[in-house]
Amino acid sequence: MPFFKADHLVMRFGGLVAVNDFNLELQPGDLVGLIGPNGAGKTTVFNMITGVYRPTSGRIYFQDKDITGKRPDIITALGIARTFQNIRLFTDLSLIENVMVSYHVRLKSNIFEAVFKLPRYMRQENAMYEEAMELLHKVELDHLAEEKAGSLPYGEQRRLEIARALATHPKLLLLDEPAAGMNPNETLQLMDFIKQIRDEFDLTILLIEHDMKVVMGICERIWVLDYGKTIAVGTPSEIQNNPEVIKAYLGEEEYA
Amino acid sequence: MRKEKLYLRYLLTLISIVILFLIIWWADGHLDNYYKRVLTVSGIYIILGVSLNLINGITGIFSLGHAGFMGLGAYTAALLTMSVAQKQMTFFIEPLISPLDKISIPFLPALLIGGVVAAFFGLLIGIPTLRLGGDYLAIATLGFGEIIVVVFNNTINITNGALGLKGLSPYTNLWWTYGWAVFTVFFITRLVNSSYGRALKAIRENEVAAQAMGVNIFYHKVLAFIVGAFFAGIGGGLLAHLLTTINPVAFNFFLTFNILIVIVIGGLGSITGSVIAGFFFPILLEWLRFIEAPMDVFGIHIPGIPGMRMVVFSLLLLIVMIFYQRGLMGRSEFSWDFIIKRFVKD
Ligand SMILES: Nc1ncnc2c1ncn2[C@@H]1O[C@H](COP(=O)(O)OP(=O)(O)O)[C@@H](O)[C@H]1O
Ligand SMILES: [Mg+2]
Repeated sequence: MPFFKADHLVMRFGGLVAVNDFNLELQPGDLVGLIGPNGAGKTTVFNMITGVYRPTSGRIYFQDKDITGKRPDIITALGIARTFQNIRLFTDLSLIENVMVSYHVRLKSNIFEAVFKLPRYMRQENAMYEEAMELLHKVELDHLAEEKAGSLPYGEQRRLEIARALATHPKLLLLDEPAAGMNPNETLQLMDFIKQIRDEFDLTILLIEHDMKVVMGICERIWVLDYGKTIAVGTPSEIQNNPEVIKAYLGEEEYA
Repeated sequence: MRKEKLYLRYLLTLISIVILFLIIWWADGHLDNYYKRVLTVSGIYIILGVSLNLINGITGIFSLGHAGFMGLGAYTAALLTMSVAQKQMTFFIEPLISPLDKISIPFLPALLIGGVVAAFFGLLIGIPTLRLGGDYLAIATLGFGEIIVVVFNNTINITNGALGLKGLSPYTNLWWTYGWAVFTVFFITRLVNSSYGRALKAIRENEVAAQAMGVNIFYHKVLAFIVGAFFAGIGGGLLAHLLTTINPVAFNFFLTFNILIVIVIGGLGSITGSVIAGFFFPILLEWLRFIEAPMDVFGIHIPGIPGMRMVVFSLLLLIVMIFYQRGLMGRSEFSWDFIIKRFVKD
């Protein structure tokens, strides 16, 4: 059994087939890209993996478990975390609180221990705080720990979202267009950062990107979706020269 | 940042509580009954406002059932404290069912049981509706509020029907009320500032993201809902033993509406706001009594219009909603840090 496997996933919304027969296998430590034009079904794949949508058919396996259709919070607890294409931070909470929310699922104290600040709770609360601070430090946001997340500029919001996902202690991290809205220089830095966290936290990463060029540099393998169908799978150089892929992207440019 | 001056803050809180109880001690000895009563109602409104704010303001689910939970707490506590003789006198249409007719227990355990009964009903209503998301809870709790009044009216061998319960011992005084108010504020503030509170606020801020970060949405919504219901039940029990007479219509939607006014004016999501608005609401309501009395304005006689005060409050609510949406406090809280920074030089 592979570390992660998506087996013949199909997602239908009424008459629209958003994802058609999607197959993917990941080994620990993989850094794989999922690319394709707008509306190709990339985010829908993430939503199926993380339990936001139950696939119309097909199964999803993670670490020898069938996780198809499980609740998102359960899937997160099993070790799959994500970020969102349209950033979804807890805008009115501080940066440190945003990260600390992710530790709540592992809290072992009940609400009375928390309210009366009993020793066991306080130990966990302090540990959460230290760890969250460390994560904020890694994404270079620790100096803003007490600021509200909503007050951050766009690029820093994306970094905070990654820190928040890392705080759930994932084994598989799904990043949905993490470089969207960044300039080329910021994008380069981000890609370095992604490689770095993969090594540091022993992660397997699946990365959605709209712009093909961005993932070429860091992904070892790439899946290309178009209109819900997987039109190509391969190494960056294979993908770059694949006529179907070129056609899909050219088609998009004609509309744009 | 976090641990700095922690002891100073505890000390200041302790001193404030001591001062509060000194004021109560003074008020208890010097004010006449009318003022004491108004202040007691204020204390009860603090409990009600803060507990509804936990549900609606902190967790971001919209409950309209607070009066229903208060009713459950009020009836439960009242049936437990009433003396056997008083019960026999009150239930002259149909006798009270056994074993309630033989029970009479002290105030505190009766209040607590009232709170637990309210919380239990919170669980019963929360489980089917909070799973659905959206505004189901608002509709379900609105229905629950109406149904509970009908039930109180018709379970004559438990609630004595429309006649209600009379002759309760007037246990509720400033001490009981402000003791509970302090405990409610303490409990809910600590809850909101704990890991549980972060989860609740995360749900309010972005449910999809909260769930993706591992928060069990349903469990935490139910948790907030039953904690809120518990304190509503306590507030109901206190109110019952202040009024000494309760009947079903006392717990209809108008009461919920009053508490909604408190939390919206105070600021949804601000406990400080609910404390301030909860304290002043009953005082303002009393003070506005004069507009319901007949008056002569420039020689024109205006007859008294009962209900005018609620018209004024509804207008006030509208004005807040339109011009000052975040209420008095927005989502800010009172904090000692702010005061320490002003007076203590590092
Ligand atoms: N909840 C939904 N209901 C209906 N259609 C949806 C839903 N989610 C996505 N879609 C449709 O599925 C298709 C794929 O969307 P998406 O996965 O977001 O594309 P991508 O992320 O590749 O840009 C689009 O046509 C989109 O409109
Ligand atoms: Mg997308």
